[in-house]
Amino acid sequence: MDASNPMTISDAAPRRSGRVRQSRRVADRVLRTACLIATVVGAVVLGSILLMLIVQGVRGFTPAMFMHPTPGPGSEGGGIANAILGSLVLTGIGITIATPIGVMAGTYLAEYGRFSKIAGLIRFLNDILLSAPSILIGLFVYTLMVRPMGTYSGWAGGVALAIIAVPVIVRTTEDMMRLVPGTLREAGAALGAPPSTVIISVTWRAASAGIVTGIILALARIAGETAPLLFTALNNNSWFSPDLMGGVANLPVMIYQFALSPYPNWQSLAWAGALLITATILVLSIIARLVIKPQMSR
Amino acid sequence: MPALTETIALARPRAAAARKGPSRSLDTLFRVCSYGAALFVLIVLAGILGSILYGGWPAFREFGFAFLTSSAWNVGTEQYGALVAVIGTVASATLALLIGVPVSLGIAVYLTQLCPGWARKPVAMTIELLAAVPSIIYGMWGLFVFAPLFARFIQIPVSNLVEGMPVVGTLFYARVPSGVGVFTAGIILAIMIVPFIASIARDMLDQIPTVLRESAYGIGCTTWEVVRHVLVPQASVSIIGAIMLGLGRALGETMAVTFVIGNANRLSASIFDPSSTIASRIANEFNEADGLQLNALMALGCILFVITFVVLIIARLLTRRVKAA
Repeated sequence: MDASNPMTISDAAPRRSGRVRQSRRVADRVLRTACLIATVVGAVVLGSILLMLIVQGVRGFTPAMFMHPTPGPGSEGGGIANAILGSLVLTGIGITIATPIGVMAGTYLAEYGRFSKIAGLIRFLNDILLSAPSILIGLFVYTLMVRPMGTYSGWAGGVALAIIAVPVIVRTTEDMMRLVPGTLREAGAALGAPPSTVIISVTWRAASAGIVTGIILALARIAGETAPLLFTALNNNSWFSPDLMGGVANLPVMIYQFALSPYPNWQSLAWAGALLITATILVLSIIARLVIKPQMSR
Repeated sequence: MPALTETIALARPRAAAARKGPSRSLDTLFRVCSYGAALFVLIVLAGILGSILYGGWPAFREFGFAFLTSSAWNVGTEQYGALVAVIGTVASATLALLIGVPVSLGIAVYLTQLCPGWARKPVAMTIELLAAVPSIIYGMWGLFVFAPLFARFIQIPVSNLVEGMPVVGTLFYARVPSGVGVFTAGIILAIMIVPFIASIARDMLDQIPTVLRESAYGIGCTTWEVVRHVLVPQASVSIIGAIMLGLGRALGETMAVTFVIGNANRLSASIFDPSSTIASRIANEFNEADGLQLNALMALGCILFVITFVVLIIARLLTRRVKAA
């Protein structure tokens, strides 16, 4: 079109001469403006959510919050210490169950069953489980554990979180182990090492940063899960008891119940809890990103 | 010659066996463990389907096919139907796509084509981080910040404007302009799925070879023409896959919707009126439910399972096909 006008390839949007037809130029302008508006609107809305969270959350953020259990209806003060502790325990149970299962399953998909049909099926279903509604997982664990045991329990909550975490770990483990060059495995096998030794001391070691990233991402994912905990761990207004049979207080369910309550001190605790949980998740996601970077560039 | 190869072939496993000796059983154990862990995924999925089918079966048997078409939800008379919740689920997810998809595609195009180089990485990273924010936060924001503003500046003026008009008057009339309702849920869902769809679509656009883009610019295309005739045809299937993934998310989303949809069981033609989705109804009533109500909620879970899994399977097939090509 513009043979007379020398352009460089890197100059993605060359200055147009008058020979570009008016309608084309208008269409181009409209697209550019629309995309810019979309980005600005998206940034403003999402930014305002975070800003609101920080403003409201900081207001409720007090040292007392970490020392007192959740207050009863109508009473003053109180904290969310039991919910924080409970959340740590539930997430801990979840990730402890999910890590071995997820890593081993990812190992199977990447090493043993790379081309088998059943592995293809599992890979596909794992991707679906990855984005399955978490409330259905809650219903499953309710039927599996809460109903037979007759009580809401911390164990059930931990298992529900583990089921959500497994697909995340499987996916990252498999992806990361596939990045390990085949020559490394062949070198190991040439030394006479059996497959399990090759996997443990060659492939896992080479992919370790990636696998850890997957576990951190899974942690970030389950830390804020609310829906499955409603039917499994529920809540508990007293201090955390070492007994995991019975309701266990946890941040997400506490936030849900307190945010919808009519008491102002409950609502401000809910905002503080929401800020705490979001900050934790964002920090975990950033750590995961920092861990994965050297791995990817290698 | 054949004899020689045969001896080597025979000798190899024996020598290997001699060397491996003690670790062979461990090796098998490791293999079996990893296979078992992989099967766990299958078992869980089957377990989810099995458990909600088992729980929902009494409701399906009691109401039969009418469960799908009945809009009743009466705890007192034990009459339950899924219609309101199914319509609420589909309507809020559709609204979310209508609002969210143009915005996310706009962001993806902006980030890959128009954005100055230095801003690309930080903006993309921010969007990806926002996809990790738990949904309950979006719900709280929707209820406490968005709903009051929405009621004041949109619901009330629009209701006053369209009152009495045919079609529009029923579609956009809010009986109780409280700010919560199907439309609000759709908007909050849209906000939730924007970072999700945008970051996948951005990845897909980034994967298109630069040569294609540069050749299009080289023959004098404008940015719009490059996007419309080069990028979109290249990435369309995978972008549709990304949108379907977003839809799957919107359909099954629980917490964000529960806060803002109003949780009413009323069949209303207005998108400003409160309603419920399958997930919000389960979240709301499950803990106090027993008997047939519990079964009906489980049956709702079955319907949600079927809807979301069909959507997710299509989504994964679409994104997979592109990866293979």
